[in-house]
Amino acid sequence: MSYFLIQTLNGVQYGFLLFLVASGLTLIFGIMGVINLAHGAFYMVGAYLAWWLAERTGSLFLAVVLALPVTVLLGLLIERLGIRHLYERDHLYQVLFTYGLILVLNEAQRVLFGNDVHSVAPPQWLAGTIRLSEAQTYPVYRLFISVACVAVGAALYLLIQRTRLGMVIRAGSTHREMVAALGFDIARLFMAVFGLGAALAAFAGMIAAPVSTVYPGMGDNILILSFVVVVIGGIGSIKGAFAGAMLVGVADTFGRVLLPAGAGVTVYAVMALVLLWRPQGLFGRTL
Amino acid sequence: MPRYSRASLALIAGGVLLLALFPLWGDTFYIRFFSRIMIYALFAMSLDLLVGYTGLVSLGHAAFFGVGAYAVAGLINKAGVTELWVVLPAALVSAAALAAVIGWISIRTAGVYFIMITLALAQMAYYFFNDQLYWGGTDGMNIAQRPTLAVGGIALVDLNNRVQFYYAVLGCLVGAFALLSVLLRSPFGHALVGIRANEGRMRALGYDVQTYKLIAFVVAGTLAGLAGFLEATRSTFATPAYLGWHESGHVLMIVILGGMGTLFGPVIGAFVLLLMEDFFATLTDRWLLIEGLFVMAVALLMPQGIAGLPRRIAALTAVRRGNGDG
Repeated sequence: MSYFLIQTLNGVQYGFLLFLVASGLTLIFGIMGVINLAHGAFYMVGAYLAWWLAERTGSLFLAVVLALPVTVLLGLLIERLGIRHLYERDHLYQVLFTYGLILVLNEAQRVLFGNDVHSVAPPQWLAGTIRLSEAQTYPVYRLFISVACVAVGAALYLLIQRTRLGMVIRAGSTHREMVAALGFDIARLFMAVFGLGAALAAFAGMIAAPVSTVYPGMGDNILILSFVVVVIGGIGSIKGAFAGAMLVGVADTFGRVLLPAGAGVTVYAVMALVLLWRPQGLFGRTL
Repeated sequence: MPRYSRASLALIAGGVLLLALFPLWGDTFYIRFFSRIMIYALFAMSLDLLVGYTGLVSLGHAAFFGVGAYAVAGLINKAGVTELWVVLPAALVSAAALAAVIGWISIRTAGVYFIMITLALAQMAYYFFNDQLYWGGTDGMNIAQRPTLAVGGIALVDLNNRVQFYYAVLGCLVGAFALLSVLLRSPFGHALVGIRANEGRMRALGYDVQTYKLIAFVVAGTLAGLAGFLEATRSTFATPAYLGWHESGHVLMIVILGGMGTLFGPVIGAFVLLLMEDFFATLTDRWLLIEGLFVMAVALLMPQGIAGLPRRIAALTAVRRGNGDG
C-alpha cells in the first residue's frame, strides 16, 4: 500500500515539474503564437548552470539565484535576434529556427561541459527523508520540488490573471494592434513573455537537477513530454497544462512500474485516447 | 500541379543525366555517398507532398522511414526471408499501415496541434523500437545481409554491388518523382493544393477534405518507407535514431532549404545539405554547431529555399528597375 503511495507521490511530483515546463511552452504559444522547440533546451541549460554553479559556490540555492537572470537574458536575446522576426511567418519557420537553436545549444553544452553525467546534491536542510511506514521513506527534496512548483504556478496564475501587466499581456495575445494603439510597447511585452517562458523551463531544470541528474540531451525528453502535456491540456491553456501534466506524470510513473516493456509508450497512448475523445485537448478552444 | 517550363524540364533532364553518368567517373566514396544523398532526396520529396503541397507540417515523418528500415531488419534477421519481392512490399506496407494510423489520429487536428501530435506519435514509434531488446534496443540491429532478387537461381540485381545499388536508388528517385508529378497533375493533386490554399472553401465546394489529407499522408508515409528500405539496405543497419525527431527535423530542413512546393527542391536540398554537412565535418568535430546556425539563418532569411532563389532575385531586380510590385 505504501509502495502505491510512493509511486503516486512520485507521479504527482513529476507532474508538477512537467507543469512548470509546459506552462512556459503554452504561455509562449498562447500569447505570442510561437511554437518553441527549443523550450526543452532551456530546461537543459538551467540544469547545467545549476550543476556548474553549485559545484563552485557549494550551494544549490545560490546557484539558482545566480543562474535565473542568466537564463532570462538568454531568452530575451534569442527573442530579440530571432523569434521576433518570425511572428508573422508560418509555424514551419518557427519550427525550423528553434530546431536549429536546439542543435546549437546541445552542441554548446557538449563543448562547455562535456559528455559526462553529473549529479547535484540537494541543499543540506532538504536532504533528509520522511518516514511513511516501517520500511518506506520518502525524500524531503521531492516534496520540496512539488511545493516550489505549486508556488511558481500560483504566482504565474496571479501575474497573468490578476495584475495589470497580465491584463495587458492577455489583451496583446488577442488584439495586438489595439493594445499597441493604446500606447503599449508590444514588442517589449512579447520579449518579456519569452524571457519568462525560458526562465520557467530553466528553473524547472535547476530544481530537478538533484533528482534527475544532469546529462546531455536531457532537454529533448522533457520537450516531447511537455508537448504531450500541452496537447492533452489544450494549447494556450495554463489550466489545461496543469491537468495534462498531472495525467502524464502519473501515467508515466505507473507505466514504468506496471508495464516496464511498454514504459515509453504509455504516455503517448494516453495522449492518443484523449485526442480521439477531444481533438482540441481537455481545456482547448474548439478547432 | 507542377507544369514545368521548357527550361526547368531541360534542367531536370540534365540533372538526371548527370546522376546517371556519375558512376562512370565518380570515385567509390562519392558513389556510396551520392546513393545516400538520393535516399534522403526521396525521403524529403515524400515529406514535401505533405508540407509543400497539402500544407500539413509533419514533424514525425521519420517514423515511416524508420519502420521501413526495421521491416527489412525484421524479415531478414528474425524471419530469414531475404527475397526482395517479399522484403520491399513488406517495408512499404508497414510504413503505409503506420501512416494510416498516425494520419487518422493527427488529421483531426490542424496547425500547431498537427505539428506536436505527429511529433509525439512518431516518438511513440521510436520508443517502441528503443525500449524492446527484441529489436536490439538503443543499439539497433545489424542486418545480416542485403535483400536478393533472383529468378531460377540467377541474380537479377546485386545490391551488394555499389554501382548497381546506386542505379537502383536513382531508379526509385526518378520513379517517385514521376509518380508524384502525375499525382499532382491529376484532379487529386489539384484538390490537395486547394486544401493548402483554402481548406474552408474546398470543404464548401463539397470535397471530403479529411479523406484527401489522409490519402496524401499515407502516400507520403509509404514513399518514406521506401527511402527507409533503401537506407537499411545501404547501411545494413536499423537503429531507433532513424525514427527519432532529430531525423524528422533534419528532413524538414532539407525540404525547406531546397524549396518546398516543388518536387526538385528537396533533391537540391538533399545534395546541398548533406554535402555541406560532410564539408563541415572535415573542418571541425563541432559541425553540428555550424549546422544549427545555418538552419537558423535559413529559417530567417530564405523562406523559399534554393528553388525559390531565381524568383526572389527576379523580384529584387524588378524592384530595382522600378517596375516591380515589391
